[in-house]
Amino acid sequence: MKKELGILILLVVLCVIVSIINPNFLQPINLQNLARQIGAFGIFSIGLGLVIITGGIDLSVGSMMALLGVLLSMMLTQWGVNPLLAIAGCAAVAMGLSLLHGVLITRMNMQPFIVTLCGLLFYRGLARFITNDETKGFGSFGGLGSLRFVANGNLFGVPMPFILLIVISLITWVLLHWSVYGRYLFATGRNAEAARYAGINTRRVITVAYVISGALTAVSGIIFAFYTNSVSPANHGNAYELYGIAAAVLGGCSLRGGEGSVVGILIGAALLQVLRNLVNLLGIPSSLDFAVMGAVILIGVMADQFLTERRNRRRVLVMRELARADLGPANPIVADHSGGTGQAS
Amino acid sequence: MKGIGKRFPGVVALDNVNLEVYRAEVVALIGENGAGKSTLMKILGGVIEPDSGSLSVAGNEVKIRSPREASESGIEFIHQELSVLDNMDVGANIFLRREPTTAGWLKLVDRKRIYAEADALLQRLGLNFSSRTIVAKLSIAQQQLVEIARSINAGARIIIMDEPSSSLTLTETQRLLEIVGDLKAQGVSIIYISHRLDEVEKIADRVVVLRDGRNVGTLEPREIARERMVRMMVGRDLKDFFVAAERTCNGESDWFTVRNLRTRRYPQHSVSFSVAQGEIMGLAGLVGAGRSEVAQAIFGVEQALESDMILGGKQISIGSPGSAIAQGIYLVPEDRRSSGLVVDFSVSENISLPGLKRYATIGLVNSGKENAKGEEMCRALNIGTPSVTTRVANLSGGNQQKVVLAKWLALSPRVLIFDEPTRGIDVGAKAEIYALMRKLAAQGVSIIAISSEMEEVLGISDRITVMHEGKITGILERPQFSEEAVMHLATGGRA
Repeated sequence: MKKELGILILLVVLCVIVSIINPNFLQPINLQNLARQIGAFGIFSIGLGLVIITGGIDLSVGSMMALLGVLLSMMLTQWGVNPLLAIAGCAAVAMGLSLLHGVLITRMNMQPFIVTLCGLLFYRGLARFITNDETKGFGSFGGLGSLRFVANGNLFGVPMPFILLIVISLITWVLLHWSVYGRYLFATGRNAEAARYAGINTRRVITVAYVISGALTAVSGIIFAFYTNSVSPANHGNAYELYGIAAAVLGGCSLRGGEGSVVGILIGAALLQVLRNLVNLLGIPSSLDFAVMGAVILIGVMADQFLTERRNRRRVLVMRELARADLGPANPIVADHSGGTGQAS
Repeated sequence: MKGIGKRFPGVVALDNVNLEVYRAEVVALIGENGAGKSTLMKILGGVIEPDSGSLSVAGNEVKIRSPREASESGIEFIHQELSVLDNMDVGANIFLRREPTTAGWLKLVDRKRIYAEADALLQRLGLNFSSRTIVAKLSIAQQQLVEIARSINAGARIIIMDEPSSSLTLTETQRLLEIVGDLKAQGVSIIYISHRLDEVEKIADRVVVLRDGRNVGTLEPREIARERMVRMMVGRDLKDFFVAAERTCNGESDWFTVRNLRTRRYPQHSVSFSVAQGEIMGLAGLVGAGRSEVAQAIFGVEQALESDMILGGKQISIGSPGSAIAQGIYLVPEDRRSSGLVVDFSVSENISLPGLKRYATIGLVNSGKENAKGEEMCRALNIGTPSVTTRVANLSGGNQQKVVLAKWLALSPRVLIFDEPTRGIDVGAKAEIYALMRKLAAQGVSIIAISSEMEEVLGISDRITVMHEGKITGILERPQFSEEAVMHLATGGRA
């Protein structure tokens, strides 16, 4: 919980600063737009967070969104597929490809970075090829009213992506922190070998994480497709995976695996979107967009590191004082300091 | 070292400890886990700083604040875990941090000189591999000797060896002891930390015993004897150590039968054996005899090439640890920190992990139920932990091993395989683990205990199966038990 607290404070401070410098930040239209962005980016970030907790990574998210975007457009406007089927098709493609990633990673022992890097290249190329590199869109194609609403409308003024994010967060929160699967996921991420020795089917646990991430990528992908309303296969979703990874890391996920929380990822995703908004509102040249984000993430992670170390130092000092006050028999639980590794001393 | 004191949060690790080492002397430092041996040596090696006390080398008081400064004072530390870089060759390791450079402004690493000098050094130590060998290709014992070579090359006057023989076979240990003798003859002083008292008896000139961070005594050469050392270490006698092993086998003798098991490591040999209900079968042999591979194949961690297993009259097939667990066949693995436990998880989370579904309703973990079971197991196994939500990483080795055991006892074991059940555990916890094993056997569990410690395997087993290079070379019944008989079979002798 402490880990999320630091980043939450950073988020709040940023919001306060921006709203003081430019009160337009608090305008309903800006907040609505911000919420929409947070929703769209947050959903796939959670999926990516699950993958990162396994100790893996997924670099193919942005390219996959481009592929899903053009497929959705083509299915709806060119092939006349029923909207519900089209959505199901997108989800199936995303989950199928992620299943493939998972299988390659767990069965062929390939590195997640490489497998998904190839995905990043391959899906982008595929999206451009099947569209002849032409932008695909939905224009004013009729009969999509309800689909458009679900993906991008407002419910009582709250953007649907944000509502979807809340619902998905609740589900994944329960899944990650309360379910048997979540426990297996953390165990696998922390120590895959010990998890295997405890009888956990770690291959399945990891593969399922990729598939969930694929499904959430599909949800975000559909939202983005309707949001932009036109999908340029060469640029759509470019580098979005990095937003997801940054959100997860800011939110306390370790790239080594086994650490992270849904709340943290949510705050991380929100922080990134506030930063983009800030660049806009403060009149910073939008070409500096990424530079600002990079700097803030760096400072945030550095501050977190600094605070953690200070906390640990203080704890050691306090305990040392206690030890000095009480020179009684050594506590059997902490007496093993001599070994350092817990092995024989 | 004079009056060394060191406090850690919550514990006084060292209290006014003194240690003297003379030139060309082997001093053995012994004591239970947590007695302060490693802390004392870390202070000497510059890894940590003492709160009080002083150090002097050759009459001059020195301050040692880093391993580098220790090295400058002629003190080299050979850690329990190997610290060679196994992706580099032997020469590069021996000369690490003091690479000779070529003349001229480029200052390139002088490889020729490294290999020439390293080869000469290896020869001096009687080692028959080239300094160009990549360290990863060497055996653990050879890697350890490379570390010793590195210390000598660094001009060590005092070499600290922390449990150097813990992963060596008997012959390798012999060789190590010879080299220690040679070093002594060359004027080097050795501080030798070991749990293996027979080694200590063989090589030590003096034995310093620590208990609870204090000196409890020093044994001069004529006083060095096993029972005396044990008594000083634990403050009690050796005979309490092993629970009198009455046979507890009560069921059929072939309750659990393994036939024609072939492992990937030794595909040309197959092993067959059976274990009775309530029997503790020791599995003895040298390191590399294929015992762990057999255990891993039975437990399904490593698929066997071929196997045929019968448990309680039923043919079973095991393809993964999950299916072994479903049959009630559990493994307490050799390396508890990497395979036995998720050390960042709490005690109760570790205990519940293999049977987590039992604590869950509609897929959601009921942590109340989970913690209740954790507490029950902690009481039953006398696990020393402040609470069941403490991270396992904070427990001592013995308590960690009990958590591994608790994991399985929380389910219903039918066959329990122990791979080196007491490695790196202090004497007190060892005795508790042995008692538990016997109690489980009495409850009808079939136990297979792999052990490289002769005393242990002779003390706990009802029957000993001995392996050599992937084959079973003999099965000993209790009346035939002796160190010689086991050693004879373990080295490939015929029954």
